[in-house]
Amino acid sequence: MKQPSILGPAALALLLGTFAASAQTQLNGAGATFPAPIYTKWFSEYHKLHPGIQINYQAIGSGGGIRQITERTVDFGASDGPMTAEEIAKAPGILHFPTVLGAVVPVYNIPGVTAELKFTGPVLADIYLGKIATWNDAAIQALNPGVRLPDTPIAVVHRADGSGTTYIWADYLSKVSPEWKSKVGVATSLRWPVGVGGKGNDGVAGQVRQQPGAIGYVELIYALQNKIDFGSVRNEAGVYLKASLAGVTAAAAGAARAMPKDFRVSITNAPGKESYPISSFTWLLVYEKQQDPAKGKVLTDFVRWMLKDGQKYCADLAYAPLPAQVVALEEAALAKVK
Amino acid sequence: MRRRGGDDGGLELGTSAVAVLVVALVAAIGLELLHGSRLSIAKFGWSFWTGRDWDPVSGEFGALPFIWGTFYSSLLALLVAAPVGVGIAVFTTDVVPPRFRRPLAFLAELLAAVPSIVYGLWGIFVLVPVVRGLETVVSRTPLRKLPLFSGPPYGLGMLSAGLILALMVIPYVSSVSREVLQAVPVAQREAAYALGATRWEAIRAALHYGRTGILGAVFLGFGRAFGETMAVTMVIGNNPQLSASLFAPQYSMAAVIANEFSEATGDLYLHALTEIGLVLFVITLLVNAASRLLIWSVQRGPGRVSDGVPAPETIPPARAGEAA
Repeated sequence: MKQPSILGPAALALLLGTFAASAQTQLNGAGATFPAPIYTKWFSEYHKLHPGIQINYQAIGSGGGIRQITERTVDFGASDGPMTAEEIAKAPGILHFPTVLGAVVPVYNIPGVTAELKFTGPVLADIYLGKIATWNDAAIQALNPGVRLPDTPIAVVHRADGSGTTYIWADYLSKVSPEWKSKVGVATSLRWPVGVGGKGNDGVAGQVRQQPGAIGYVELIYALQNKIDFGSVRNEAGVYLKASLAGVTAAAAGAARAMPKDFRVSITNAPGKESYPISSFTWLLVYEKQQDPAKGKVLTDFVRWMLKDGQKYCADLAYAPLPAQVVALEEAALAKVK
Repeated sequence: MRRRGGDDGGLELGTSAVAVLVVALVAAIGLELLHGSRLSIAKFGWSFWTGRDWDPVSGEFGALPFIWGTFYSSLLALLVAAPVGVGIAVFTTDVVPPRFRRPLAFLAELLAAVPSIVYGLWGIFVLVPVVRGLETVVSRTPLRKLPLFSGPPYGLGMLSAGLILALMVIPYVSSVSREVLQAVPVAQREAAYALGATRWEAIRAALHYGRTGILGAVFLGFGRAFGETMAVTMVIGNNPQLSASLFAPQYSMAAVIANEFSEATGDLYLHALTEIGLVLFVITLLVNAASRLLIWSVQRGPGRVSDGVPAPETIPPARAGEAA
């Protein structure tokens, strides 16, 4: 804690002079856990640039973030899934600002198979619906002609805790499988037709690693950081893609052409040859009309910085940065926040 | 000496204020849970207790699979922990030479000091693979046709949850049982020996004398197993289904709150999760009340068999938030 008394009078004067409007401004935010590492990095870097501004973030989950910003107990919220129309009705004037991108990858453990497997959306949906029950099922074999698949039963593993990862996974399966859409649907927690639930990415990855015949899904970042191998998925253009940060940004760029004004867009199964199909934005939630104009200015200044300079920290932490088109759209939208 | 009277008055006032505060707190928790689950109570009524569906997408909520999973895992844990815990108590009061008794009892009680997340991690990396191996062997024998052993060998599931809970409950059962056995009057054992009893028969006489106290110890363990969250969540498989199988992934009340509360959106969903907390609160209260009644019934009887029995260690539903 810096106390003015330990600063020299000159420094104090400088501090007051430079940050007269925003000295000791504190902003509080809460929400999604997935982007929490990069948010923490941004807030600490921003604090170094502007010592008078302190931004606190509590990673309490997207649901909690939406609740808190609705009740206006925080200055901004954060969510891995866009707010529903019903939720927006309770928080009139709320705006979504994409910050970074995430992706979800299929991981598996098949005894005797070292080759990288190829999947399509409908096959993944049928596995998670329990309709494809063994690894040598004709549908999987047809996608992987060179691989000798065993008759091991498929053990489906999913997230047990409510999670943005589950949301993205289910959102993708809903787009490619009408049966998934009608029977299961999209949410952070689901009524799973089959399988066991692991807690967190590590719970899912651990179970997949231990259980012969298991398939699961984890965040791309988690798989990259823990060097877990994963399968490739066929995208909307028919190309099999192994997820990469570039592929995720490409998916966002593909979706940018049809970006709605409120940025509430799902970019799973996005068009484009280079687009990885199981990708998603994560959003900051900010009120258009700020109760405290001074705080509002600090917040918009921060978001502007995050869109330009902040994005360069993405690579270090293995987040996919926003494509330039989306940044331009967001900068325009930011002018609305008063 | 006069002044002591005044001090005693203050003591009485102070302690009764604290006692009333505790009761008020419990009541406040109950009311808050009721208030927080009003939407769900209004929509589902009693069918919440018997509903089998838990579907956040369509807004259908029923607590039965979670109640079932909680009872199943806790009873399974007690089935293992009660004989082992009482066995430890007998061993450390009657069998082992006196100088080893304290260190051994201390070691057994040390199990209670391990944080539940550590049990959970140990469960995932050590217990679950062992259980999976065991299940794989069993599922190759005709035993797999029994409902108790049906289903694929996931490793994660009821058996792992029950075993991990048993391990966590053993120190509670053993330490309270030990207190009970130590409080059995020496005359009881001496009388048994005087009648020509063997050591085993004398121990049985002591166990019989303290039976209600030991039953109370088992109930305390039950209360502990009931509210356990973290370790169970990590190994139970988290699939809300009513299954008799030990191999099946199932779910518990505390686990679903811990898993889904932080990401729950929508009022009905939140209220349904809070109502799960209410159900857990009510059942835990009943279980603890029953265990207290048992212990009191012993204390009122001849001798003070369960002198110094520690208060039941139960986890209030609010603690579920630690998982987030």
